[in-house]
Formats: sequence, structure tokens, C-alpha cells
Amino acid sequence: MQRRVVPMLSASGLVVGYGANRSVLDRVDLSVPDSGVVAVLGSNGAGKSTLLRTLSGTLSFHGGALHDGQVKLDDRPIQRLSAASIARAGVVQVPEGRKIFAKMTVEENLRVGAVCTPPGRRASARERVMELFPRLAERLEQRAGLLSGGEQQMLAMGRAVMASPRVLLLDEPSLGLAPKLIEQIGDIVTEISAQGTPVVLVEQNAAMALRVAATAVVLEVGRVAMSGEAEQLKDSDGIHDLYLGGHSHPAAQDVDGEVEGEATDLPRRRLARWTA
Amino acid sequence: MSTFMQLTINGAGSGAVFALLALGFVIIYRASGAVNFAHGSLVLVAGYITVRAQESMGITVAAILGVLGAGVLAVIIERVLVARTRGGDPIALVLLTIGVDVVIVEEVARRLGSSAPFVRVPWANEVIHVGQITVLKGQIVALCFGLVIIAVLFALFRFTGWGLAMRAQAEHREAAALMGVRNTQVTAAAWLIAGVLAGIAVLFLATPDFAGGGVSRATHSLVLVAFPAAIIGGLDSTNGAVIGGFIVGLTGAYSQQYVSFEFARVAVYLVMLAVLVVRPSGLFGTKEVQRV
Ligand SMILES: Nc1ncnc2c1ncn2[C@@H]1O[C@H](COP(=O)(O)OP(=O)(O)O)[C@@H](O)[C@H]1O
Ligand SMILES: [Mg+2]
Repeated sequence: MQRRVVPMLSASGLVVGYGANRSVLDRVDLSVPDSGVVAVLGSNGAGKSTLLRTLSGTLSFHGGALHDGQVKLDDRPIQRLSAASIARAGVVQVPEGRKIFAKMTVEENLRVGAVCTPPGRRASARERVMELFPRLAERLEQRAGLLSGGEQQMLAMGRAVMASPRVLLLDEPSLGLAPKLIEQIGDIVTEISAQGTPVVLVEQNAAMALRVAATAVVLEVGRVAMSGEAEQLKDSDGIHDLYLGGHSHPAAQDVDGEVEGEATDLPRRRLARWTA
Repeated sequence: MSTFMQLTINGAGSGAVFALLALGFVIIYRASGAVNFAHGSLVLVAGYITVRAQESMGITVAAILGVLGAGVLAVIIERVLVARTRGGDPIALVLLTIGVDVVIVEEVARRLGSSAPFVRVPWANEVIHVGQITVLKGQIVALCFGLVIIAVLFALFRFTGWGLAMRAQAEHREAAALMGVRNTQVTAAAWLIAGVLAGIAVLFLATPDFAGGGVSRATHSLVLVAFPAAIIGGLDSTNGAVIGGFIVGLTGAYSQQYVSFEFARVAVYLVMLAVLVVRPSGLFGTKEVQRV
């Protein structure tokens, strides 16, 4: 795949913390080209969400702060902008846990997605969302809180696409979904990126993420442990053992012996064990 | 029967005004996460501006000045004081608004001295006869005017980008920001609207038709009756505020007639307690509200 040298969105030397914990991210770099999917992998607590929050300017909502480093959109530093300004500049994030507006209808959720889009572009954005998510088109008048988990994820993504993003940031869209739906989400991510919107895909489900991504980085306790072409990473031993279910690690259990994650979701399970 | 009809219309007229005040409580609660105990002072300031200006400028201009004054004051309170405590303790926020209220009320009361001038609306002291029933024109005007304002407001919430942004932000601040919604602007606009509603309410509250008192400390305490209206409906529900307003208005009217004037003051609070026992978050409120 041919890519431009200057990335559309890039982060360099990010040092991010929450309160007294000042280095949840410790000099993290990330480069998002103007097309394709970049996967950000890593176990629970590695700092994936923190990285996305830094890009989208939402650290302050979580009591976090950027201590060092820079985020650039087309060479313009954006790390001091408010979350709303960053969104308006085209960096749009789907937060962890979807955060749809449960009391509003599906239609209204989508309209919120486009509140800052110039009116002229709304119709085409809407058309795109209806094509990407036909299930939403059937449920426009339904209250969003009544949707199934998969539909809520689609709504969260659809709402973000309504904003006509230049870069789309997705935080664990597969979380809590059945394998079939995860496949579907993966296909939709591929489609969104094929339509010309680069995507940063944060996932614990490495199998799905590496299937759709061109490049990937692996975070481990706040540092970039690996990065490169998704194809190569897929074949690398470390990734295979740790994320794709090679063999489970000896130090497998959490301290309290609990296994986190969804019971139906095998790769996540292994991953969670590895965390401990 | 005709007495009952009369009471119903009068009660609904007051109810519409309480609904405007209760909506103010709800809009601010949803935007800033705290009950605005300075709401009464907004009402009082609007009333004060109106009665001071009405001699020289006429009631229309005076009323507009009063309404705008309350709106601007609300935005100043939000920007200068409330916004700075964002993310802080909700109790601190409540105490802050109580403090603001005391300061403003004392200042306006000092300026008023012992006078309690009426807002001189053209419909004051007039009655309308419809068949056997006689109603105060002021109550009819309050009802019609209130309903129109409520309808306009609900249309704004439903159909405009600002309304959507405000509802989105009330549900999830961060998610709204991620869609480009500027939290500070939406919050300031919410206070502006609540202030304007308070300013409109006083044009009815401080007339002879309503409670018999002009702009004074008594006007301020009338606002305390709108607070149960917001609680009854559910602090985070605009529909609830409207219903709660009418419940309070009607409860007052009926209990005044059928029980006693003294009981009417208590009746509203009894209704509030009864609702809270059955539904702790109000008739239409979300459960989650209790976190504050
Ligand atoms: N709001 C927060 N306040 C304090 N610490 C946090 C907060 N969010 C995350 N952390 C901590 O930061 C680290 C990284 O978390 P996170 O970015 O959520 O990881 P991931 O998304 O990879 O699971 C974890 O140790 C977590 O406990
Ligand atoms: Mg996360």
C-alpha cells in the first residue's frame, strides 16, 4: 500500500497521566496516514483509551492531563484545543462504552452527530450512514436506550460518521459483542476506511483488528511495545501467543483468580489473563 | 360546578407561571447539575427593573428590559461563579447559589424599601364573564401566554441544533463534546433561557391578580412554590416541570377554596412529599438524578 509521507494525524512523545499517576502514557508516538486503518492493540489498562482521549482532547473529562508531547492534525498542533474544537476540526471519537444518548431516538442521536456539520453536507452524511448501517435505518424512531448492544455500537459509529470526520477514532467497538457481530463491525470499519476516512481502531480483539488494519501498534503499560505492518505483526510470535490465542501464558490468572471480559469471547479472555 | 371551573382556570393560570419557573430550575439543573437556589433573585431583579422602568418607558419596554436583565444576570452568575466550580462538589454549587440569592435579594429589598410596586400590566384587575363563571383576565392571559412559551420552548428543544445539543449534553457531556458541542456555550445559553423565563414569570407574579403583592420579598418567596413543581415533575424532566407547574397551581387553587387559605400553602408540599414517597425521582425524572 502506498502512503504519503506526511501523516494526517500524528502524536509524538505523549506523556499523559491522571492525577498523581503522571505517566499512564510514557512517550507514545502514533502516526495516522490519510487512508487505511491503524490498529492500537494492548491488554486491559495498557493505555489505549487514554491514547484516544489524548487525540480527541477529552482527557479533562476523566481527570487526565497531557504533560508532554504533541498532537498534530496536518501539521497543526491541536493538543491545546477543546474537545469540541478538535471534533469540529474533523477528529471524531467513538468513546469506550458507546455513550449513545439513551433517552433520545436513533434519529435524534444521528442529528446530534451532525449538529456541527454544515447543513449542505448533512444529507450525504446521512445517506452514507443509512447505507453503512441498514439496521439503524429500520429503527430511526426507536429510543436509543432500547437498542441491542450491537445496534448501540452501530449507532455510536453512525453518529460519528454523521459528523463527516476526517479521522475516525474507535475505542473497542467489539466490546461485549457476539463473534458474528464483531465480524460485521470489522467489515463496516473496512468499508468506512475504503470510503476514504482513515480509522484508528483500538481493540483488545486483535484477530479482528489485524484483519482490517494496515498498520498496528501494540501498547504495553503505557509504552509502544511493537509497531509495524499488520500483516507482519500478525505473524510475529509475541502477538500470536498473546493476542491470537497461541498458547496461554503460565502466569495466567488475575490476582483474585477472576477472568475478566465476556465469557463468550475467547481471545479477550486469554488477553485478560495475560494482563495479570 | 361553576366554582370548580373558576378554580380550575385560575389554578391553571398560576400553574402556567409556575411551569415557567419550574422549567428554569430543570433547564439549569440539566446544564449545570445543580439546583439554582438563586432563581428567586432572578425573578426579583426582573421585577425590580420592570417596575423602575415602567413609569418612564411604558410597560412593554420595561418588561423587555426586565426579562433581558434576568437573562443577563443568569448568564453572569453562571459564567463568573458556577462555571468555575465545574467538576466540584454539587453541595458547594448549591451553597454558592444560595449565597448569590441572599446577596441579590437583600440588595433589591434595600432599594425597594417598604414599597411593593405592582408590575402594571394592562390586563390587571379585570374580570371576564363566561356564562356563569367569572375569572380574572390575568389568569387567562397567564395561561395562554405560558402555554405559547412552553410550546415554543419545546419546539426549540426538539427541532433546533441548539436544543438537540442541550439535550445531548444533559445526557452525556463528553459524548456531546465529541460531536463538537461546545459545553460552555450550551450551558450559558441554558442559564440565559432560564433567566428569561424567570423574567417573564414575574410579569404575572407581581400583579394584583396573582397573589395580591407587588415586587417585594413576597415575590421571591412565591418562587419557592415553583421548586416543589420541579421536584414533583422530576428535576431533570422538562415535561415533568410543566406537569408539576400545573399540579402546583391547581392544588393551590382547590385547597384554598375547599380547605383553607393556610392549608393551601402546605398542600403543595404535601403533594410533593406524597410524590417523593411513591417516586423518589419525581413523576418523570430519571432515577440517576439522586446522585445529586
Ligand atoms: N479516569 C481515570 N482516572 C485514573 N486512572 C485512570 C483513568 N482512566 C484510566 N486510568 C488508568 O490508566 C491506565 C490506562 O487505562 P486505559 O487507558 O483505560 O487503558 P485501556 O483502554 O488500554 O484498557 C490504567 O492503569 C487505568 O487504571
Ligand atoms: Mg479502554
